[in-house]
Amino acid sequence: MKHLFRHITLLLLLTFVGLGTLHAEEKEPLDVKSFIFGHTGDGYCFHITEIKGKPVCVWLPVIVHSKESGWHCFSSKHVCELAEGETYQGFFIAPMTDPKHPGKLVEVTSSGEIKRPFDLSFTKNAFGIFLVCGFMLAFFLPAAKKYKKNPEGTPTKYQGLVEWLTYMVLDGIISPSIPKSKVPKFAPYLLTVFFFIFFCNLFGLIPFFPFGANVTGNLSITLVLALCTYVAVNIFGNRHYWKDILWPDVPMFLKFPIPLMPIIELISTLTKPFALMIRLFANILAGHIIIMVLMALIFIIGGMYGAGLGGVTSIISIFMMVFMTALECLVAYIQAYVFTMLSSIFIGMSQEETES
Amino acid sequence: MELFLPESGLMIWMLIGFLIVLFILAKVGWPMIMGAVTKRNQHISDSLVAAKEANEALAGIEAAKEKALAESQAEQIRMINESQELKKQLIEEAKAEARTEAEKIVADARLKIQKEQDEAMAQIKAEVITLSVDIAEKLLQRELSDKEAQSRYIEEILKEEQPRIEA
Repeated sequence: MKHLFRHITLLLLLTFVGLGTLHAEEKEPLDVKSFIFGHTGDGYCFHITEIKGKPVCVWLPVIVHSKESGWHCFSSKHVCELAEGETYQGFFIAPMTDPKHPGKLVEVTSSGEIKRPFDLSFTKNAFGIFLVCGFMLAFFLPAAKKYKKNPEGTPTKYQGLVEWLTYMVLDGIISPSIPKSKVPKFAPYLLTVFFFIFFCNLFGLIPFFPFGANVTGNLSITLVLALCTYVAVNIFGNRHYWKDILWPDVPMFLKFPIPLMPIIELISTLTKPFALMIRLFANILAGHIIIMVLMALIFIIGGMYGAGLGGVTSIISIFMMVFMTALECLVAYIQAYVFTMLSSIFIGMSQEETES
Repeated sequence: MELFLPESGLMIWMLIGFLIVLFILAKVGWPMIMGAVTKRNQHISDSLVAAKEANEALAGIEAAKEKALAESQAEQIRMINESQELKKQLIEEAKAEARTEAEKIVADARLKIQKEQDEAMAQIKAEVITLSVDIAEKLLQRELSDKEAQSRYIEEILKEEQPRIEA
């Protein structure tokens, strides 16, 4: 076993030294920023690999609305393969170095201005969202159907898995935080949120097509999720909850004539989902960036100090990356757990009845 | 900084996708799973209670059986004892009866013997009387002077009458 390990290490070392010498002289130095943010950010096409300098991509539809020319819908192939200075139907993708809209689709107006149109493109992340949505439906609906068909029957192994996952969340997160009578009302939302985040996180860690979209590490997605929690907390909040916000039990001068406490309470209703949004986004994005940086490190060191040192770095980097990916699997669960737990606690707080 | 700016297009896609999944799973997903599991939990706890009750009932039946068995055994012993008692009593009674019967028979026999004896005595008496009378008659018929001859004659008569006396 020890020998085997040593042999593999040596083989890896030789391979990377060889690869390093092969490529170091041909390629210009790597643009680390666009490399990292190109992979962790959104994109108009699903980049798979490069063969002989030509990118192999899955082209996704671009849907944009321009104030000048109305709706446009075309394959992202047309805009992704544009040379510098060219446009397709007046659109092009701004380079990653662009200060205003890096990596985004922009429009050249008739006056020569560069503007961002309303962009409803089915991007990499949108693809990732619908992949997870499809997976969730395909994973949970057959179980539900089986239960409906034969509610008294012995559950199959698959049903056992679904049950285990569902009750792990239900008994571990939701039930302790929400009043018992309100559990059936809010459990569907919280379960969906948990598994959506969890599967998004996991799929984001799988580095090949059709996975690998950094969905939960995108602020737009966490914003929508936080918004849903905000709605669930505040729209369904009971009278007691609103009374505590608008007329809390504090000395009179704190709420009249200047409603100091009500203002603070109202702000706190916003900061709670805001914290949810930032926490999930930052954790997942940070994990992805660390993995990408470790990857880039190989090429940075290789470019700076030559192939030999690059090869040595690659070994260290790969071990670090394996470690980070394992850690990210843990984080994938923890972040889904935390988001759901805080959401259920906030919902539970808004559902509490007056203590008599 | 573009990383920290939400994209309206992506938000719309997210909202559509998430709400569709939420709607479908909330309608036909989670309630089915939760309902079935809750129902099964209920069923299991009910069954456990029922099993416990059945066990208790069984234990009661077992105890009743034991009791009945013990009772029947006691009854059996009692009956055996009783019958033995009865047997002894019957034997005693039979013995006593037999004894009285035997005593009665013996008494009867004794009475009869006595009677026969008395009868025989009377007969003998009568016989002796007739014999004496006969002897006297014969003596009277033959007047004998000789004392010795008289004695001899009596002897002779007696010899003659020997079988009669003996009878």
